[in-house]
Amino acid sequence: MNSLNAEKNHILSRRLIWIMLLNLLAFAVLIGRLWYLQVYEADKYKMMSDENRISTRFLLAPRGTIYDRNGEVIAKNEQNFQALLIAEQTPDIQTTLARFKQIIDLSEDEEQKLLKDIKNKRRFIPVKLKDNLSWDDVSKILLHAPDLPGVEIIEGLSRAYPYADLYAHILGYVGPVSDKDKKDNPLYMVPGFKIGKSGLERTYDYKLQGKSGTVKLEVNAYGRVMKEIERDSGAQGGSLQLTVDSRLQKAAYEALGEQSGAAVVLDVRTGEILAMVSTPSFDPNLFTNGISYKHWNELLNNERTPLIDKAVSGQYSPGSTFKIVVALAALEAGIIDADTRYYCAGGMEIGNIRFHCWNHYGHGSLNVVEALKYSCDIFFYETALRVGVDKIREMALSLGLGNALNVGLDNEKDGLIPSKNWKKSRFGTQWTPGDNANTGIGQGYVLVTPMQLVTMLSRVVNGGYEVTPTFIKSSKSVKPKRLNISRRNIELVKQGMFEVVNGIGGTAKKAKFNLDGVKMGGKTGTTQVRRISMKERRSGIRNDSQLPWKLRNHAWFMGFTPTDNPRYAVAVIVEHGSSGSGVAAPIASKILQEALTLDIK
Amino acid sequence: MAEFEFGENKQSWQQKLAQMSFVYIFLIVLLAVIGTVTLYSAANGDWNPWAIKHLSRFITAFGVMMILAFVDAKYYYRGAYLFYFLSLLLLIAVELGGHIGMGAQRWINLGVFKIQPSELMKIGIVLFLARYFNVTTTQGIKSVRGIIIPIIFTILPVGLIAAEPDLGTALMVLCTAAVMLFAVGVQWWKFALAFAAVGAALPVAWNCLHEYQQNRVLTFLDPERDPLGTGYHIIQSKIAFGSGGVFGKGFLHGTQTHLNFLPEKHTDFIFTMFSEEFGLLGSLSLLVINILVLSLGYAFAFRTRNYFARLTMLGLNTNYFLYVFINIAMVMGVLPVVGVPLPLISYGGTVMFSIMVSFGIMLCMSVNYDERSD
Repeated sequence: MNSLNAEKNHILSRRLIWIMLLNLLAFAVLIGRLWYLQVYEADKYKMMSDENRISTRFLLAPRGTIYDRNGEVIAKNEQNFQALLIAEQTPDIQTTLARFKQIIDLSEDEEQKLLKDIKNKRRFIPVKLKDNLSWDDVSKILLHAPDLPGVEIIEGLSRAYPYADLYAHILGYVGPVSDKDKKDNPLYMVPGFKIGKSGLERTYDYKLQGKSGTVKLEVNAYGRVMKEIERDSGAQGGSLQLTVDSRLQKAAYEALGEQSGAAVVLDVRTGEILAMVSTPSFDPNLFTNGISYKHWNELLNNERTPLIDKAVSGQYSPGSTFKIVVALAALEAGIIDADTRYYCAGGMEIGNIRFHCWNHYGHGSLNVVEALKYSCDIFFYETALRVGVDKIREMALSLGLGNALNVGLDNEKDGLIPSKNWKKSRFGTQWTPGDNANTGIGQGYVLVTPMQLVTMLSRVVNGGYEVTPTFIKSSKSVKPKRLNISRRNIELVKQGMFEVVNGIGGTAKKAKFNLDGVKMGGKTGTTQVRRISMKERRSGIRNDSQLPWKLRNHAWFMGFTPTDNPRYAVAVIVEHGSSGSGVAAPIASKILQEALTLDIK
Repeated sequence: MAEFEFGENKQSWQQKLAQMSFVYIFLIVLLAVIGTVTLYSAANGDWNPWAIKHLSRFITAFGVMMILAFVDAKYYYRGAYLFYFLSLLLLIAVELGGHIGMGAQRWINLGVFKIQPSELMKIGIVLFLARYFNVTTTQGIKSVRGIIIPIIFTILPVGLIAAEPDLGTALMVLCTAAVMLFAVGVQWWKFALAFAAVGAALPVAWNCLHEYQQNRVLTFLDPERDPLGTGYHIIQSKIAFGSGGVFGKGFLHGTQTHLNFLPEKHTDFIFTMFSEEFGLLGSLSLLVINILVLSLGYAFAFRTRNYFARLTMLGLNTNYFLYVFINIAMVMGVLPVVGVPLPLISYGGTVMFSIMVSFGIMLCMSVNYDERSD
């Protein structure tokens, strides 16, 4: 027994040592692993731990305010109220929802979306119940608060345009980020973040947005916020001051009234845009929280195109207003001078085609001032045939036509000043004398926008300074460059434009005014939309205004005041307004009189 | 051959007490206190629901341990087979109950408390093998015939436990038995042969595993495989270790645990939580305490002359080693997550009592047979 146990004990002791060595080896592995995790890879895991627990959220910066030239607020942030529902604080969602619907309207869509949100999100995350609540709704909800467990009201900011329709085309609007906007910016993923979608809101989006702040929150594994770690408040968006005067803007908008058209007023000395309207307009407030399908369709299908800014996107033949450009081109080229006279017999042959003056009886013999006054076509056919399209084009371009002026609006158009090469590449045919004649009276291929036309007028009446239209008041006044046009020739066309309004028999005499000796000069224009056909003539239609609206001619007027030392210039287009003198000129006259009575600084 | 019997231990309880290792008892209390403090933190600085219950369980279990320490060792010897077969019977009962009920069945409800037969078996197998080998000859041990019975009585409970299914416990029982077979002198080459056989059987065994067990193994091999599911636990656990660094985030300041990124922080992953809050210094200290406990256990086995007592202590010590090693290895991503808690630290009554019973037997063996018993 003893010897047996002694042998067995001996074996056991030896094997025990092996087992202890094995244990030590195992612990060495554990210690090595601990060192690897807690020392060698510690930095990596510390970072991963922070990624786990810290959630960074954006604090949206309030968007910058936009003021008019007098400091009136034209775009601001309005407090808005949202009702939220926190599922975990509601004993029964259906009951709470039913009670809520008794107080506040909730559409089927909104309800479906809400129920989906509740299902998809953690129960302590608030989901949107109703947006854009009025103060009235809010007080109703607060009154019923004991019956609505889990319903919470939060304040947010939403963009508001106090002048509504008045500034739609200038300011544009903000809206939720859409898929095509989504770039790398993580801010764009933040729900409720709005960006400028059109107009100056879009052009100056970066400045207006400001700098978003961030808040670092400690969250647990389920995303519940435990505490705030760090906050960077960011910076409010920069404000923007425009050159537009709201009073004049309103006057221009009201002067156009029900017409479909546009009007732009410039300060001819600086190029500052004092007013720019396009009618009909729309209410940009509809867009800030996503426009309804119904409203959108209404705007889209309106034949008077409220969504299009006609002042910069509408391209029209300038008609007789272009005669200013032709006259200056000819005077500068020395083709005509103040005394050059052409005889108007009501019509003339160019090539094999007969060209008419608008006055079929003829104007007789006229010089350039008289030709402008009566808007004689024959005089400008003769002039254009002699001066040629190249010189006319050169003058038009230097006066601001033919290229977009980059005032900062969407879809700003270039217009069109044709050349021989342009026609060749566009139609493959040669430039003809007839093309010269048509260009001479602003018909044919020539296209301008109202913004370009008022710029052209401003550059002429300010004595030949190359001003550029702008919406932004700049602090430093840069003196505009002088164009190479003689003052004598400028005075000649200004005299012609003075006569248009103030002369006996001038085409816009009905629109003239005299405010303490301050008068208006200007030029009418008519853009042919379609000739009256022979068939229509036979059926008794002699006059454009008898045609259906869509087929009537566009009416132009561009005017400036005061005539001796011009300050304001306006261009007005009335689509299908038939008559420049009868429809557009009175509107322009009203706007300029308003500008004179206002004390615009 | 006459059965080997223990002689009566003639010592008084005061003499026994004087021989007991106070350092050993102190380390056990220290571990339980660390467990209580960690559970207090796990509840975000609250005695409820875990810390207070853990402490009160420990105090009760400590009493049980001391009583068992003063029981005369001959009763363990006499009761060894009885205890083993009782545990086996309960395992079978649980297995049958599991077929009647649904899902994993591990408990037997005795009204006052629930017992887990697989925990009893951890001690049962040690007592069974110790008694069996106490009377075998070296020649018998080295023959195949001599070890066929212990192998059968090991495979039986291991199979039953694995079928519950409780892979972790089954492996622990198997490993304990293997270590004891090795200790009594079964030749090296037989182990090599067994390993080879297991290697060959692995593909078959793989198909017998439940899908969640397969997933655990696969996830262990590549935690990134399922970062939101099973792999999530181990990734979050590693982040907790690493972010604790050398000095830790401080008591009650472990973000991984307090923000609930770490699952099972009060049971299987409690070592992770401890290491996040107390850093490498803390985790190493806890390891060293456990190494000391184990070393003392081996020292008892060395100085004792009685073969049964030595073998019992070796088995129980091995069992404790497996708890500590498997738990710490699995939370650090060294082993698959098999659901083995850390004794005295993890919350859970069954393990607390079974390990304290085991310590009680250790203490008893360490004082009773410091001399030759024959």
